[in-house]
Amino acid sequence: MSNVRVLVGTRKGAFVLTSDGKREKWDVSGPHFAGWEIYHLKGSPADPNRLYASQTSGWFGQIIQRSDDGGKTWHQPGTPPGEPTTTPEGMPKGESNKFVYDASPGTGKPLTTHQFYDGTQHPWEFKRVWHLEPSLTDPNTVYAGVEDAALFRSTDGAKTWHELAGLRGHGTGPKWQPGAGGMCLHTILLDPSNPKRIYVAISAAGAFRTDDGGKTWKPINQGLKSQYLPDPNAEVGFCVHRIAMHRSRPSVLFMQLHNGGGALRSDNAGDLWHEVRGNLPTDFGFPIDVHAHEPETIYVVPINAESGRVPPEGKLRVYRSRTGGNEWEALTKGLPQRDCYVNVLRDAMAVDSLDKCGVYFGTTGGQVYASADAGDSWAPIVRDLPAVLSVEVQTLP
Amino acid sequence: MIRVVLPTHLQTLAHVDGEVKLDVEGQATQRSVLDALEARYPVLRGTIRDHVTQQRRPFVRFFACEQDLSHELPDAPLPDAVATGAEPFLVVGAIAGG
Repeated sequence: MSNVRVLVGTRKGAFVLTSDGKREKWDVSGPHFAGWEIYHLKGSPADPNRLYASQTSGWFGQIIQRSDDGGKTWHQPGTPPGEPTTTPEGMPKGESNKFVYDASPGTGKPLTTHQFYDGTQHPWEFKRVWHLEPSLTDPNTVYAGVEDAALFRSTDGAKTWHELAGLRGHGTGPKWQPGAGGMCLHTILLDPSNPKRIYVAISAAGAFRTDDGGKTWKPINQGLKSQYLPDPNAEVGFCVHRIAMHRSRPSVLFMQLHNGGGALRSDNAGDLWHEVRGNLPTDFGFPIDVHAHEPETIYVVPINAESGRVPPEGKLRVYRSRTGGNEWEALTKGLPQRDCYVNVLRDAMAVDSLDKCGVYFGTTGGQVYASADAGDSWAPIVRDLPAVLSVEVQTLP
Repeated sequence: MIRVVLPTHLQTLAHVDGEVKLDVEGQATQRSVLDALEARYPVLRGTIRDHVTQQRRPFVRFFACEQDLSHELPDAPLPDAVATGAEPFLVVGAIAGG
């Protein structure tokens, strides 16, 4: 029978939740890296025991952790546990924590500035890694989406990182601006059918696509709306909250946008978007995800936009569309339907690939809910973790 | 021999308990002590000083001999008591947050 491993990043550490395929009884390990913010951790599709974690702190900055045994033990890449951290010559074995923007004339362009909250221009300053996306085929290749927004890649198991500078340098950088959480690159989607194609999303700049492996990028925001942008045809400046795809149809994308559009879809790799909000109770939310076996079945968690960023009416409801949007049903069985004022953040929803598809999400109240029947019913795996920042799921043989 | 006391989170990262004892070549300054610390424990690079600017991170402070040394120049000599190992050099995370 298959097993499931749920990787949970929280404000005060990481947790690994495991169960068999029934998904009824769970073991909880953690906290790993207690006291540190774990924005994201994710396993390699090519080697499920290879996990990467972003460990960060307002005090001490960015740490990258790696596990080669499914989360039992961790180390900073380049420094295996128990081994000296330097070579015999005294040089560090890795620079796994070092994210330096590429300003070289050969590969990058001179560092631009971006728009700050007050409308002035502000230099790029590295703050943290929001999202780690391991390669679909190589356990040693992993992408990192960072704040201030940029995309980095490691091809040596996260020992060293190099910016894919064409994204930040392609020309619209001075119009990018931070959202409330900072100017972060939070979504990285790798096209399983085309290794040269990558999608990323930035708050608040928008969505971008490369078709040449990351050298050049184009904004893909046509059809998006923002009440904050006076130009109705703005190329960038959109607060995209999340993008999702089904691996069988990588040109069909689903988006949760900051209010002003809500849920959107594109059937042409992001070249044009259209609203599929339909009967959703609000046009605001953070996560969006796709059923593992039904590419037209999608999930969102609507949140009030202007009154506290909490579930409308105090009811925590996942909404499911089986028609790729427009027609949505509220999923409430097992979820609190009164006095619930938590949020579900953009990286805090994931699905497993069992049959029936499991759906998981974590809340800022520290609950991680699981559904073993594609959302029909829910139960908490844990109720009292620190605020959940991210949830990822691995389906293990 | 220089004695350095790290905040708990950095002790955990560096896999050390209590004080770190360092041999520092030349004059004991903030820069030379931190250079020696990071050479011994590369995982600490970027956690106390910015990777690029080498400036002290905003929520990190340096103390010794009951003095706040955070705003001293990086190449200013540390107190004799630190240089001789009589007193430790304290790296402190600002007390804030919940």
